[in-house]
Amino acid sequence: MLPKVTTQEENIWRLLEEVCDPEIPVLSILDLGVLRHVQVREDGQVQVTITPTYSGCPAMNTIAADVKLKLLAEGYPNVQVDLQLSPAWTTDWLSEEGKQRLEAYGIAPPVEPNGDIHALFGRDTTVRCPLCQSENTRLVSQFSSTACKAMYQCQECLEPFDYFKCLK
Amino acid sequence: MELAHTTNTAAQSYSPELRELLFQYTLQLADTSLILGHRLSEWCGHGPILEQDLAMANIALDLLGETRSLYQYAAELEGQGRTEDDLAFLREAVEYRNPLLVEQPNGDFADTILRQFLFDGFHYLLLKQLQNCPDKRLAAIATKSFKEASYHLKWSSEWVIRLGDGTEESKHRIEKALDHLWRYSGELFQMTPVEQELHKAGFIPDYAQLKQQWDEHVAKVFAEATLEVPKNVFMQLGGKTGLHTEHLGYLLAELQYLQRAYPGLEW
Repeated sequence: MLPKVTTQEENIWRLLEEVCDPEIPVLSILDLGVLRHVQVREDGQVQVTITPTYSGCPAMNTIAADVKLKLLAEGYPNVQVDLQLSPAWTTDWLSEEGKQRLEAYGIAPPVEPNGDIHALFGRDTTVRCPLCQSENTRLVSQFSSTACKAMYQCQECLEPFDYFKCLK
Repeated sequence: MELAHTTNTAAQSYSPELRELLFQYTLQLADTSLILGHRLSEWCGHGPILEQDLAMANIALDLLGETRSLYQYAAELEGQGRTEDDLAFLREAVEYRNPLLVEQPNGDFADTILRQFLFDGFHYLLLKQLQNCPDKRLAAIATKSFKEASYHLKWSSEWVIRLGDGTEESKHRIEKALDHLWRYSGELFQMTPVEQELHKAGFIPDYAQLKQQWDEHVAKVFAEATLEVPKNVFMQLGGKTGLHTEHLGYLLAELQYLQRAYPGLEW
């Protein structure tokens, strides 16, 4: 039987699974959908493309630096990290596993909106409390500790929690 | 640290005239987001309640993110070796192209909310259209920021309603803000020669159409907020052509201080 051949690029994808979002350390940049492309050029240079969740996401520079450090430690000294805006990031790119890890970490994962996300005064989405699983929660603020999250409070266990808001 | 962008443009194939127009326009959009983002960031630590302090800081961050993408592109379009930092920190007030509205001081919370509401409606509608801009880079930036702007507009619209249809005091405050700020709303839709040329070339939408949709949204929100849409107000113009109110100079003095005092300083 032939051994499974893993290309260099597959290897790099696997290595980058260990690079996490500095703000949400339970999510890797793969789970988040922030890592878009990996390409190894003939001269050995590795080109990695990442996309921001929000335009002003201050984690981008840290993530780029972490990617370079990780790959340097694994024997890839020549790495270039590029930023890609289009197609724009959406919460659809969050992996299922990532969503489960978010909830276990105490952040409610994004849920599909009931109506048009661009409708101005639509009904709020039902968000489940990540601590006691109650659906009796209320939106406190559309904006929270980071741009990608909203702040909610559970009406049952009364705990405030972050909700990773839906972006489409 | 500036990360290189992957979305290349057809910029190399543009005529020098078109390139200059796109440079001017991109710069104007960048200045607008920068100045409003800076104003909102002045609230950081001073908001009326923690949640709204965070909201303003978040919106400021979105705007600054958009600003960086735009300045980086403007610098590439200009092709004179200037960087995003040079464009943000080393230009004089008369070179800024933001409309007067966004440089107006924060005032009280009602002033800030109303300024944001008047701008958000315009910003949201403009970005929605710019997603189809034949310039791929501007379209990509607009697509990214449009998603964020929809949250901004929702936030400021809800607050206009809450203040207008709130207590006697909150209504008085938002009416006072309206008396003062409405006169700066017309400039958003007044097309400069650069904007007219780009519209003719099919790069940007007709602002008269945006105005119509903006009017509808404002009327709807004001009706819920029990506020009257002001009529026959003389509109102040000038910011988009470099004629600013005195407030911009003070804002820039703070914004640019570090780079002026210690040129080239980095973290």
